[in-house]
Amino acid sequence: MSSDTHTSHGFGRIVVAVYAVFALSASARSLYQLATKADEAPFAYGLSALAGLVYIVATYALATNRRGLATWTIGFELVGVVVVGLLTVFDEQLFPDATVWSTFGIQYAFVPLLLPVVGLWWVFRNRTIRG
Amino acid sequence: MSSLVVYLTSAYALAIAVYAGWHSWRGYRFSNPLFYALAVLEVVLVGILIGAIVAYNGRDHDVDPVLFFSYLATVLVVPPVAVFWGVIERSRWGTGVVVIAMVTVAALMLRLQGIWSGTGSAF
Repeated sequence: MSSDTHTSHGFGRIVVAVYAVFALSASARSLYQLATKADEAPFAYGLSALAGLVYIVATYALATNRRGLATWTIGFELVGVVVVGLLTVFDEQLFPDATVWSTFGIQYAFVPLLLPVVGLWWVFRNRTIRG
Repeated sequence: MSSLVVYLTSAYALAIAVYAGWHSWRGYRFSNPLFYALAVLEVVLVGILIGAIVAYNGRDHDVDPVLFFSYLATVLVVPPVAVFWGVIERSRWGTGVVVIAMVTVAALMLRLQGIWSGTGSAF
């Protein structure tokens, strides 16, 4: 890492790589679900599409060193995974089908919960070094 | 799609993940053996694609072709991208990306098996 503070260099490659995987899987999954069975769980699938879109923007922001945008999108994700996680635990009827954020991302080995924490840590850590 | 092929391929991808993780841990850069290991994986994945196309056309089933083959196409793209990033990043994290990529391949292979056999809803 040394003097290199670009958000996609060094350890940042790992962060961007994991974000890219989630951007692709969340958005592709929701597009498929919306295209084939949108009426079954419109709220869950719409939310998946939104989550996928935010992952795409966050990946772009991290890959191009846009710290402000990265902070907002990753922050949104952290709020999203916590709120949806709590909702799926307390009100199962709201989500007849799973989303990437359901039960704090249990289907994805809790990576969706861990990822924004690591992402924010990475963005702020870099900023401190540069300043 | 034979589950044995899927498990062996997943196990091989995870073995590459361990090998790449060892590179990353020791701070080694992308090595030739690691490249060959990834090249072999890509050949195996292309073989699975060909096998899947043949099996899809020659069998009575209700596999969703769009879902199945879009997953398979995604798996095929992962190793080349991992090699590209692994080589251009000149720190230990270059091979760290390969670890992430290989875990992704293993997870996607298991998901493919789920779609093929009509079980599993994760991902």
